[in-house]
Amino acid sequence: MEKKIVLKLNNIEKEYFGNKVLKGVNLTVKAGEIHALVGENGAGKSTLMNIIFGMPVIHSTGGFNGEIEIDGNQIEVKSPKDAMDLGIGMVHQEFMLLPGFTITENIKLNREITKHNALSKILGPSLKSLDIEAMRKDSKKALDQLGMTVDDWLPIAGLPVGYMQFVEIAREIDKKNMKLLVFDEPTAVLTESEADKLLEAMKKLAGQGIGILFITHRLDEVLAVADNITVLRDGEQVGALTHEDATVEKIAQLMVGRKVERIEHEIMQQNESDEIIMSVKNLRVDMPGEMVRDISFEIKKGEILGIGGLAGQGKIGIANGIMGLYRATGDVLMNGKKIELNNPKRAIEDKLAFVSEDRRGVGLLLDTSIEMNVVMTSMQIQDKYLKPLLGLKFFSMQDVKGIREWGNKMIKDLDIRCTGPAQYTRRLSGGNQQKVCIARALTLEPEILFVSEPTRGIDIGAKKLVLDLLVKLNREMGMTIVMTSSELGELRSICDRIAIVYEGKIEGILSPKASDVDFGLMMAGEYSSRSKEVV
Amino acid sequence: MKSMWNKIINKYGYPKVYIVIFLVILIITAIIQRQDIPGLFRDSIVRIGMNSVLVLAMVPSIASGTGLNFALSIGIICGLLAGCISIELNMTGFSAFMTAVVVSIPMSAVSGYLYSKLINKVKGDEMTISTYMGWAIVSLMSIAWLLLPFKSPEMIWAIGGKGLRQTISLAGRYDKVLDNFMNIKFMDMNIPIGTLLFFGALCFLIWLFMKSKTGAAMLASGDNPKFAEASGINVDKHRTIGMVISTILGGIGIIVYAQSYGFFQLYQGPLMMPFVAISAILLGGASAKKASISNVISGVILFQMLLTISLPTINKLMPEGNLSEVIRIIVQNGVILYALTKVGGSD
Repeated sequence: MEKKIVLKLNNIEKEYFGNKVLKGVNLTVKAGEIHALVGENGAGKSTLMNIIFGMPVIHSTGGFNGEIEIDGNQIEVKSPKDAMDLGIGMVHQEFMLLPGFTITENIKLNREITKHNALSKILGPSLKSLDIEAMRKDSKKALDQLGMTVDDWLPIAGLPVGYMQFVEIAREIDKKNMKLLVFDEPTAVLTESEADKLLEAMKKLAGQGIGILFITHRLDEVLAVADNITVLRDGEQVGALTHEDATVEKIAQLMVGRKVERIEHEIMQQNESDEIIMSVKNLRVDMPGEMVRDISFEIKKGEILGIGGLAGQGKIGIANGIMGLYRATGDVLMNGKKIELNNPKRAIEDKLAFVSEDRRGVGLLLDTSIEMNVVMTSMQIQDKYLKPLLGLKFFSMQDVKGIREWGNKMIKDLDIRCTGPAQYTRRLSGGNQQKVCIARALTLEPEILFVSEPTRGIDIGAKKLVLDLLVKLNREMGMTIVMTSSELGELRSICDRIAIVYEGKIEGILSPKASDVDFGLMMAGEYSSRSKEVV
Repeated sequence: MKSMWNKIINKYGYPKVYIVIFLVILIITAIIQRQDIPGLFRDSIVRIGMNSVLVLAMVPSIASGTGLNFALSIGIICGLLAGCISIELNMTGFSAFMTAVVVSIPMSAVSGYLYSKLINKVKGDEMTISTYMGWAIVSLMSIAWLLLPFKSPEMIWAIGGKGLRQTISLAGRYDKVLDNFMNIKFMDMNIPIGTLLFFGALCFLIWLFMKSKTGAAMLASGDNPKFAEASGINVDKHRTIGMVISTILGGIGIIVYAQSYGFFQLYQGPLMMPFVAISAILLGGASAKKASISNVISGVILFQMLLTISLPTINKLMPEGNLSEVIRIIVQNGVILYALTKVGGSD
């Protein structure tokens, strides 16, 4: 018997400010089917979800092209409320629950069952009282459906994280006409056993005839439950697999693919030197959203080391931790000397420099001139660009002339497009702001330069310029560079070695020429277990 | 035409442009009314000098990132206390004035330091906290003024013989010592050169400080604390420095104010004074995040001229009631309101 099609997407396209993020995606979900949607960060998964759910951000940026069909009828989803009325439910990655309310109250929020009382009969239905009995009965039913035995009158605050996830699902399935349920990386915050329970519940729901769209980057989960798998890469639909012919390797390869042509002059020669400039042992960094749990690795002198991995896995935390911006523990040795952690000043004094991933938040003084941005750190830490006032050593004044000269030199060397060294950095474009950040780091004359997400939020032309600049610094000045980036293509185009971080640990270190499969497996945290199987 | 208007607004900001237009209208009205124009300008200049240092006190606090210093009253009170001490010591003339200034500095420095401890604990809410802190200190000091053991008969209540008076006259002490210093007559106007010079010297010192290493670190802490932290700058320390300098300038500012005005006003006197200084610097084009010496100069000129000229002009237009006072309140609070709505916005 042919199953009914719940959701059909025809040729969905979406542009953000001239940047195509979805390039004709087709997708069908049948009743009782679990359909997995996988892809790297930025592949377009969330955008697709936002379109299905009618999020306002889609319409405020010019809408989208293509058709959405629900139950065979072409529809227009203008708002999340429309989506809910049509029977589309969403389980969010971050919980949307009221911590002070009970489980029942959360499940029934804004859909409370009410009954008339004396007052409401006179003053209208908004004063009806709640039918707690009926509400609890409904909630119990929904929780039972998920195989959950918990008192439905407990407040949300204090429940284990896994339970909250289930409450969220219970809320969705309690809606009467639920046809399609979207899970947005639901297992990201769960422990393994909780995740298993969730997957079981998903199967159970599918058995009851609800179509499920499951977004994740954990490939083993996909293989465990999904009937069909769609792989997105850079907004393109690069693969549609069925459960039978899918393997982890296949999905991994599709996910990563080859994206950026390598920059011409890269990999001139593999760095011969094996001298270790820095070794990191058991580093833990307490950076919210990017926790680093026990990382050890070594940086060779004169190399470009790439640090990659999916968002939230902890790659960003490494440089931030070593530079002392977030609380870190562990041992960092540079040339055999220990670097003091949790002290940015000492890190800079020890000849480390950092270009932050948060350019506007951490990297720049937006309402200060380019030249002051460039010399500020060097002036404060290394006492450069200063001169005494009237010969008095005690009063160190800014050396206006020296600052101007250096500012001009940096603007020329790095080709910063601006009206002059006194221009405020707020008015610069993203790429030029990034160059100012790099100029500031260079002014410190570091031995190791940490660069985080150097191309985030800047346009393609500027991206290439920034990457070329990093290569130039490395090749011509012999600077050791550690580059953290979410864009694997970018790392593979300029790095000598690439470390992939998964769940706060290093999953492995690869050569940039390693296969797509290996990269894909590492990013999904499947590499170590797979390679063991092979051996 | 429209693009030129936009250009002007972008360069100077709405408050400055509107107030300049309003001021021009007022001056034209005053000429039509045959007011004593040279007299109005003379009064304006005196008042500009009188208020200048208090407005300057806003610069270090804004630049260090603690926002508009609504608790400038703390510095003002230190200045008043130092002034009372100089009278108690029975000093007169310029030396008395300088003694008051010198005595006020350590007191302001200590209270500014203590106050910055609080301010560094409430990052993000500095301006709310400082408003109420300022008011609370003024009230607390109202009790202290009654209890402090001053003995000079010039200052204590005639009846009862205890507690300081509401208003303490400086006549015969250092009334107008700066105003009359190097006083020159220009077109029948007495220009308070001394006060303006004193203000100029302080401006120069602050400007010099901003150009020093510490000053640069303070500006960086104010512009982007996260950047400063990542550059190894101790943000709290530089916020403290900014607050201490602001408080010291507040103390000096009130002594300059008093010598020109001729009186010390105790008790509720300092209550609203920070607000006057704040609106002046905001009119000068400063925001709650950025301020410069030029903002101080143009702000204090605009605001004080507006007050001086609007009083007789508007009262003549509408003799009933005190409309000019109403205008002052609207302008003063309106510009503060405008600046506060701009905090964290426009990005």
